[in-house]
Formats: sequence, C-alpha cells, structure tokens
Amino acid sequence: MAIDAATVRKVARLARIAEPDDRIEQLAKELNGIMTWIEQLGEVDTDGVEPMASAVQTPLPMRDDVVTEGGDPEKVLSNAPRRAGDFYVVPKVVE
Amino acid sequence: MSELTALTLKAALGGLKDKSFSAVEITEAHVQAVEAARALNAFVLETPEKALEMAKASDARRASGNAGPLEGAPLGIKDLFCTEGVRSTAGSKILGDFTPTYESTVTANLWRDGAVMLGKLNMDEFAMGSSNETSAFGPVVNPWRAEGGNAQLTPGGSSGGSAAAVAAELCLGATATDTGGSIRQPASFTGTVGIKPTYGRCSRWGTVAFASSLDQAGPMARTVEDAAILLTSMAGHDPKDSTSLPVETPDFASFVGRSVKGLRVGVPKEYRVDSMPAEIDALWEQGIAWLKEAGCEIVEVSLPHTKYALPAYYIVAPAEASSNLARYDGMRFGLRVEGGTLTDTYEKSRAAGFGDEVKRRILIGTYVLSAGYYDAYYLKALKVRRRIADDFDQAFQKVDALLTPTAPSAAFQLGDRSDDPVAMYLNDIFTVTVNLAGLPGISVPAGLDAAGLPLGLQLIGRALDEGTLFSLSGALEKAADFRAKPKKWW
Repeated sequence: MAIDAATVRKVARLARIAEPDDRIEQLAKELNGIMTWIEQLGEVDTDGVEPMASAVQTPLPMRDDVVTEGGDPEKVLSNAPRRAGDFYVVPKVVE
Repeated sequence: MSELTALTLKAALGGLKDKSFSAVEITEAHVQAVEAARALNAFVLETPEKALEMAKASDARRASGNAGPLEGAPLGIKDLFCTEGVRSTAGSKILGDFTPTYESTVTANLWRDGAVMLGKLNMDEFAMGSSNETSAFGPVVNPWRAEGGNAQLTPGGSSGGSAAAVAAELCLGATATDTGGSIRQPASFTGTVGIKPTYGRCSRWGTVAFASSLDQAGPMARTVEDAAILLTSMAGHDPKDSTSLPVETPDFASFVGRSVKGLRVGVPKEYRVDSMPAEIDALWEQGIAWLKEAGCEIVEVSLPHTKYALPAYYIVAPAEASSNLARYDGMRFGLRVEGGTLTDTYEKSRAAGFGDEVKRRILIGTYVLSAGYYDAYYLKALKVRRRIADDFDQAFQKVDALLTPTAPSAAFQLGDRSDDPVAMYLNDIFTVTVNLAGLPGISVPAGLDAAGLPLGLQLIGRALDEGTLFSLSGALEKAADFRAKPKKWW
C-alpha cells in the first residue's frame, strides 16, 4: 500500500478540503508515514473477533418520536454566515 | 488576595461556607490572576464580567440559604464545551465567532451546583494534539520550567489550557476532555490531577465532538479530592446523550482517604517500553512500593495487545472525526469562504478553517472509510479494539486496578516534536488503551525528574469503579506528598 498524489487528491476531494498542488506531495509523505506505522495491526489475529464500535454494552435507548424543543428560528439562525429572513443563504445548487 | 487563589477547591468551599470570604472576593482574586498570566496563553477568552455577575448571584444564593455543592467556586472551562452566549471555538478558526445558544450538559451541571466561570481555556484544535501546538490561538506555555532554564515547555494536550490554568493557580479547577489521553498527559506534565471517567459517566451533549465513541469529559484539579468533588458535579445521566449511562453518581469525594488495604493492583508488563526514561521507570517502582506500604497486593499482569492500541486509535479516532467534522461546511455557522459553486465553497471554507493536524486526521479518516479500505483498516481496527478491551477484562478478573506511568516523558519543549506526527502520537502510548476500552483512568502527580519537572502515575479501574481509583490515588497522593509548585515567572 502506498498513498500516491492521486490518492491524496481523491481523498481531499471526498473530504471537501481544497489542498493546493504544492501541498500534495508533502501530504502523501505524511499520510504514508502514518499508514505504514498503522500496518502493524496486520500482526494481530482477529479471526472471529466481533468488531467493537462502542464501549457501551447496553442497547441504545429509544424515546417517543415527538418534538421536544424547537420553534425558535432566531436561535437556530443566530450563527448563520448569511441569512435572509428565516432562511440560510447558500450558494446556488441548481442551475 | 493571592492567598485565595492558592487554596484547594475543598478549602475554598469551606471558606465560602463559613463566610471567611465571599464568592465575589475569591472570584476577583482569580480574575486578577488570569489577567496577570496572559504570557501563559491559557485562556482564549476571559469572561471577567460574567464571572463577577455569577459570583454576585452565588453570594445571593448563599445568603438565602440555597448554596450548592460548588457554590462560589471559580472554574475554567475548556473551549470544547459550548457555553450559552459565550464564544466557543474548539481551538479552531473554522468555528469563527460561533456563539452557542445552548449550554453543554457538563457546564450546566457545574452552574446548577453554584460554580463561577472565569473564561474559556485554550486547547489543541478539536482536541487533536498532545502539545497544544495545533491550537488556532497559539500554544499554551507550561508554567513549569526546567531548573536553571527558561525554555518554553508544552503543558501537554489537548487540555493544555486547563492543565496550565490549574497548575498556575488561575482557577480552582477546570473542565477538560480526554479522547486518547488529553486529560491525563497534561496533568502529568503540569503536576496536577486529572481523571477521565468511564465512558458514559459525563454527558457529551453540547461538547464539540472529536471521536464520539472515545470522547469523555473530566475534571483537572490540584488534589485528588478536588477532582472527586468536581466529577461528582459534572457526571450524571443525561437523556440528551444516548450513550450517557443511566446510573447514579456516587459522592466520589467520600472514597478519598479510604483504606486501600487488601486491594489488588496490577502492573502490566507490556507498559515497560524500551524508550522509557529510567526516571519514569524508577517513579513507577516507587509507586508500586507506596501502594505496597499502604497494604495493596501487587500483581504482575499481561495486556498483550497494548502495542496495537495507538495504531488502532489512529484509525478509529480519525474515522469518527472525519464523519463528525463533516458538519463544518460553512453553511449554517462558522467560517464561510465563498467560492464559485457550492462544492467550491465547502472546499475553500474547510481549507481555510482547519489547521494542518485536523486536515491530516480528516484525510486519514476519509481514506480508511473509503470504498475498498473499510474492511482492511476500519473493521480491522474495531476488532483489535475488542482484543484490547478483552485484555483488560482478563486482567480485572485478577486485580482491582492497574498502575502505570501516565506519559513516556516529562514536558518537552514547544516545537520539539511538531514536525513528526507519529512521534507526537507516541505521547499517548500509556493512556489511549483506556479510551478504547471505555475505562476510567486518573493521573496523579508523584514526583519530579532531575530537571525539576513533574511526572505523573496513572491508575486504571474497572468500568464505573472510579471510587476505587479515588481511594488508590488518594493513597498515592498522600505517600508522594507532592507539594512542588512552578516558580512564578509570568
């Protein structure tokens, strides 16, 4: 496994982070260094081991599907970079 | 009034109760200390007016006979906790001047109990770092310096502001968070006490998310008892966090000072790493001797998958972070850099808002979750995580707690390790296992190295058995009789 410049570009695109061309090689080097160090996980025998996604062993609780709070557009919109009335203003998505 | 800032939380609460001084007086003393310590860069936002307002309200509550358990105690709050009406940044530029319209459950619990907020504490960006150098506000400087030197040292990270503020007596205690060691390593570097409780003890609601299955809030303080008092207030079931455990919160302070006679304490042989300085090894031996003298039985145990904890963490945590941090898209809050198209705006906003370490981790997380790599990396790491948790289960069939060093070194110089990510990650070698398994861990100051810098010892407990950790760490604290303080240069 090696992370090349094309992989860095692809992953940066997936992550929606603009990375300038002059950063790509350096990033590939850094990510390779980290992933090479991570490769040692291959030494661990994990056949038949149940993946552990959470340290909480009890099932997640369910609650009634009802509105608990809301109805306060001023609070919701108070940190908006741009707004118009009770709406966020975002770049045009559909031509 | 500098003597008021030197009090322990416990002593300050006593003084407030018997009216030796008021909440306003002790708050003013701390506000002055904070202002005088700007060279430490521990606070990213001082809130002196809010502090005095809260202190006045506290004095009024006490006068009317409604004093809470933390009534009038001035605290610092890590900037990862959302505070209503007070800018909360997570140490990142991407949140801009984000001002929450809600209060995190942990801080709400502190205010419910009467505490006073002095301001928001500096931290590594999104809690990703071990030296505070990834903060968008510049690094915190450790109040400790090596004897005869004036080089600036790291307070550790990510809760470096919390650790420095507590060590420099700028607050009676502070909130912090720990995803891989971010409470315990800074505690070790600053001669303070820090506990990461069992995953689910403290609600994560309103705390900016880094890696949701690992993040846990906890206190930093100058004594074990102070940490216990703070945790008792911070913890508790919260229906707004589905992973918050529906269990009662004990009075943790009642465990401090209890006899530890007959407790079995394990010493994991895998924690004797080759690169560990002899002084840390010697301190560990000293800790073992102290617990023996206190009547504990010491048992050698094996945690065979220890060396795989850090690499597993560096898949799990970035994977969760890449997902959690997808919300910073410049649309609803925080920084927006306008681009030609929607995607362009996303990419430019995130490029400008995130720092290098956060970007690195988002890229790794995105990579290990991407098509074709999910099974090989992410699923593999979750299986290794299970084996690490199983190691602890096995050990805890034989022992009541584990004793280890907290960190593989004392505080190092700012700038020393910032160009090698993996070298920086190794700071968390002794702490990260606990996050993966969801267990409680506490760091207690136990001694000084040859340069006069503090070193900590870590105790690890069974899930929900913080009580035993408070008893054992109280015994260690008593035996170590750690009284050293940083010499004031700021």
